[in-house]
Amino acid sequence: MIARKIKKNLLLVGEISQLFKEFVHCLYTRPFYLGRLYEQIIHLGMGSISITLVIGLVTGMVMTLQFGYGLEKFGGTLYVPAIVSLSIVRELAPIFTSLLVAGRIGSGISAEIGAMNVTQQIDAIRALGTSPVRVLVVPRVLATIISLPLLGTLSAFMGIVGGLIIAYTEFSMPVGFYVNKILTNVQVMDIVGSMFKCAFFGLVISLLACYRGFQTTEGTKGVGDAAIWVVVRTSTIILISDFFLTKILLLLFG
Amino acid sequence: MEKLLEIKNLTKKFDEKEVHSGVNFTLFKGETIGLLGNSGTGKSVLLRSLIGLEEIDSGEIYYRHHRIDQLKEPELVQVRTKVSYSFQNGALFDSISVFENVAYPLFEHTKLSEKEIESKVMEILGLVNMVEAKDLMPSDLSGGMQKRVGLARSMALNPEVLLYDEPTAGLDPVNVELVLSIMNEFKKRGFSGIFVTHDIPAAKKICDRLLILKDGKIYFDGKVNDFENSSDPFIKSFSSSV
Ligand SMILES: Nc1ncnc2c1ncn2[C@@H]1O[C@H](COP(=O)(O)OP(=O)(O)OP(=O)(O)O)[C@@H](O)[C@H]1O
Ligand SMILES: [Mg+2]
Repeated sequence: MIARKIKKNLLLVGEISQLFKEFVHCLYTRPFYLGRLYEQIIHLGMGSISITLVIGLVTGMVMTLQFGYGLEKFGGTLYVPAIVSLSIVRELAPIFTSLLVAGRIGSGISAEIGAMNVTQQIDAIRALGTSPVRVLVVPRVLATIISLPLLGTLSAFMGIVGGLIIAYTEFSMPVGFYVNKILTNVQVMDIVGSMFKCAFFGLVISLLACYRGFQTTEGTKGVGDAAIWVVVRTSTIILISDFFLTKILLLLFG
Repeated sequence: MEKLLEIKNLTKKFDEKEVHSGVNFTLFKGETIGLLGNSGTGKSVLLRSLIGLEEIDSGEIYYRHHRIDQLKEPELVQVRTKVSYSFQNGALFDSISVFENVAYPLFEHTKLSEKEIESKVMEILGLVNMVEAKDLMPSDLSGGMQKRVGLARSMALNPEVLLYDEPTAGLDPVNVELVLSIMNEFKKRGFSGIFVTHDIPAAKKICDRLLILKDGKIYFDGKVNDFENSSDPFIKSFSSSV
């Protein structure tokens, strides 16, 4: 039983690596579908902006409230901007944004490709002498890898703004002081690291979503199952791999 | 006569279910053969194997000198622009319009300008009587209309061999005649085809030769005349099923 499960998962890893290899191969061989990439960036990336803004802002506000009242007891209100901004930039923004994108984009991609698969449209792409990886996977994966770091950064920025609003209204912290603390505490490498994490999560989400879409059989029910599978798997992978990525980034940049 | 497609000892299983257990036949240049057989005998799977959409378990499939069953996906591209499969259900891309569906292979495989592609697409849509629907999305079409657009799309590149998977099933009598006349026209121009159908009279009209698939093998392979005059009860059940 356990042996079967391990074997199944190893096979899965093998097949996903194969898809990744084909994806990379398509990156440096013709034809390139720039129009399709642009379409996907608009569809996947731009479509996620409003919700990213809201989540980012609210996260910053809640964090500032919690740390503000928590640290006030010990006279530590002064440290709130540094703590809040660093935890948002380094952890909360990339994680929350990625989980959100896993739900929104990941399930969308797998359902779309899955539906194309059960209606033989994937076969039609092949039958017409074109490659489903090139036509469908490359634009979606690239669009997610490009969009997610930008969304994550946007979310972090909104979090800092949200923190500022609460720091000013609830704790009467001067705006200049808050901004100054942010500028001295948040380093460029924090933002770069955060974007790197987002790009990695974007790759995981979109690649798994495409993979699962191609595996979809069993008609309409299969399409729904594929979406669920992608959200559960990618969310788990994001949270676990975040630990290791964080460890690596801390080792590299302190 | 020149051989275009040659199938030798093809076998194919899905899990434990054997669909083909040694299929042999040849398609010569210029001829159209009819592929008959009861529902579920593996006619669609056979056509799909011929362009490498289905991996076979053993046997050999040749298109001219290409060994189809051993080609990798990128190498199959060349073959697929020459041997075209018209899907049983149309298999149109549902996120783009009828026009764009037919234009897709032209954009991918020709160096034609947009103007030239447009006039070519309109010409093919004219053939299948779908010009008015050019801006509609596939979901706005009936099953029969989708099928005709699918046929148009598979003809766009002027393939040498067309694999028709039940192109007339589910069409009204007028459009059945239309599709048959397109197939005839295609044949007159010297192209070849495999016509999968349950419509025996149509097959007799169009085809030079008929094959019957039964129990995973080619049960009958012969001229329309031999088919009609056969005394084999199973073949009779086909030839008299009008
Ligand atoms: N992907 C698949 N997985 C498992 N079994 C399959 C698959 N595709 C086809 N089959 C099986 O192979 C057999 C042949 O199917 P196929 O679609 O080729 O039949 P057909 O002769 O085209 O029938 P029809 O005339 O109804 O179109 C069927 O029993 C079908 O269940
Ligand atoms: Mg069929």
